Amino acid sequence: MELKQYNLFFLYQETVALTKRLFIQLKRRPSTLLAGILQPIIWLFLFGALFSKAPEGFLPGVDSYGNFLGAGLIVFTAFSGALNSGLPLMFDREFGFLNRLLVAPLASRLSIVLSSFFYITILSFVQSIVIMIVSFVLGYGWPDFYGLGIVFTTLILLVLFVTSISLCLAFVLPGHIELIALIFVINLPLLFASTALAPISFMPNWLGWLASLNPLTFAIEPIRIAYTQTMNLDVVALHAPYGDLTCKSCISILFSLTVFSLIIIRPLLNRKLN
Amino acid sequence: MNYIQITDLSKSYSDIQALKDLSMKINAGTLFGILGPNGAGKSTLIKILATLVEPDGGEVFVNNINLIKNPRKIRELIGYVAQDIALDKILTGRELLDFQSDLYHMNKKEKYERIKLLINQLEMNDWIDRKCGTYSGGMKRRIDLAAGLLHLPKVLILDEPTVGLDIESRNIIWHLLKDLKNDGMTIILSSHYLDEIDKLADSLVIIDDGKVIAQGTPAQLKNKLGGDRITLKVREFSTHEESKKISEILSSINGISQIIINKAQGYSINFVVDKEKDLLTKLKVELAFSKFEIFSLAQSQPSLDDVYLQATGKTLLDAEISMTGKRDLKKESKQSMR
Repeated sequence: MELKQYNLFFLYQETVALTKRLFIQLKRRPSTLLAGILQPIIWLFLFGALFSKAPEGFLPGVDSYGNFLGAGLIVFTAFSGALNSGLPLMFDREFGFLNRLLVAPLASRLSIVLSSFFYITILSFVQSIVIMIVSFVLGYGWPDFYGLGIVFTTLILLVLFVTSISLCLAFVLPGHIELIALIFVINLPLLFASTALAPISFMPNWLGWLASLNPLTFAIEPIRIAYTQTMNLDVVALHAPYGDLTCKSCISILFSLTVFSLIIIRPLLNRKLN
Repeated sequence: MNYIQITDLSKSYSDIQALKDLSMKINAGTLFGILGPNGAGKSTLIKILATLVEPDGGEVFVNNINLIKNPRKIRELIGYVAQDIALDKILTGRELLDFQSDLYHMNKKEKYERIKLLINQLEMNDWIDRKCGTYSGGMKRRIDLAAGLLHLPKVLILDEPTVGLDIESRNIIWHLLKDLKNDGMTIILSSHYLDEIDKLADSLVIIDDGKVIAQGTPAQLKNKLGGDRITLKVREFSTHEESKKISEILSSINGISQIIINKAQGYSINFVVDKEKDLLTKLKVELAFSKFEIFSLAQSQPSLDDVYLQATGKTLLDAEISMTGKRDLKKESKQSMR
């Protein structure tokens, strides 16, 4: 990606211009932002209500189901936003706008990828913060200062991981129909095969295994700890079939997955963008 | 001075060979036309020059810089106006130009002045602050052209820029291209409009089936054909045998040359008559002697279409028609998509 050649100021100028374009699009067509906020809020209300009469102690370590669900929906919001991040790029490919970028003497074409990362990270944060505020208003709690740091760190890692995969798919798949279809197929099954809606102890053995290998779970559990108790990275966050994992372990796995995904998409991006 | 030098350029898309060892030279400060029917390889050549497509073989040098080895340096030199206009429908024209100028690393003052100048030059004041999604075809083409010119490129590459445009927009673009050329810019214009290339180009190549079939100035190419062009029909739809017989009669007349049987136009016969001689009377006598009557006879000054006809045996329009339905534009678009 011409790393040796690029001038940092030019890279900054390009990245800002590309990110600004995405935000102008968002401002003039805010439906994506609103849908991304409304969907989890509806889930929060409906699922919260569905289990509102569950007996006390139904879920270990939490006061109510809403209290349990909050972490899952925050992660789901960030995950969905990041999974859709390849769509603008796919449309640029299909409608030829990407060629406008590729004939420009960009200091580095890394700016095309960086702008998508910045945009989707900020967008996911805004959506997630709204969900957190709604959860708080509904009485489902608010993490302490240290916990907030863990929430945002976890979300950044998850967004980087999923965005890199989505951008990769945007270059590999032939068109937006295929990308949307794949997003459709991935999105909800990954949510249900995680600990977003129910703990592993509620699941059959095979689903418990799936959930405890699901990257969403590694993001959900540290956030759930941040919501339900004083944040401590060494506390056991996940009772997986293969053993207990602390918050620190969950975040480390998520970090490794993110680094791995960034490494494996680089050759593809190099090939497609150079 | 050769500013752009293309040598043995080749490019294939799976089973289709789009360019076959194509070579040409383009002088600095000239308007160079690339003429050919759809599917001839014009867009592939243009995309290679714009660094969007990598050739399979051959070399391209722009101002002595190797395009394949130093694409980024080439991008600083060129402005590209694509055949399919890709605008962001959500941005206004001004926002698009501002965005584009950032991609070319222009500073604030420079970009403000360039945008203002281009808005005036291309008469875009009335609608520049409307969203691009509301623009007509002509407006879109003008904003696209402005985007290609923002950074004052040394070479402007235009791929069929006036296709489907209204007369006003076409005139504005032609006028601007002439001004740019007078200012010293090298312009490469691909088109399948003969009059456009004839009027604007200092020199041109005619491409057919991925190969250069003629190269020179419009006047040189037309003069090579000699005298006036005649299209003769002895019936509305002749047979090949009949036309062949007439062709033999014509070839026996001194002063008639370059005889071509045009299959696509009902086996009509095209030929060139020597300007200095009155050959038509003699022609009528010879045909009558062989019991042929003239159904129609048209005489015209040689055009670039005649140059194409001379080289390929078909007119440009016939070539366009013969390509209709043969090209899978969706597949081609997918193949060229990054």
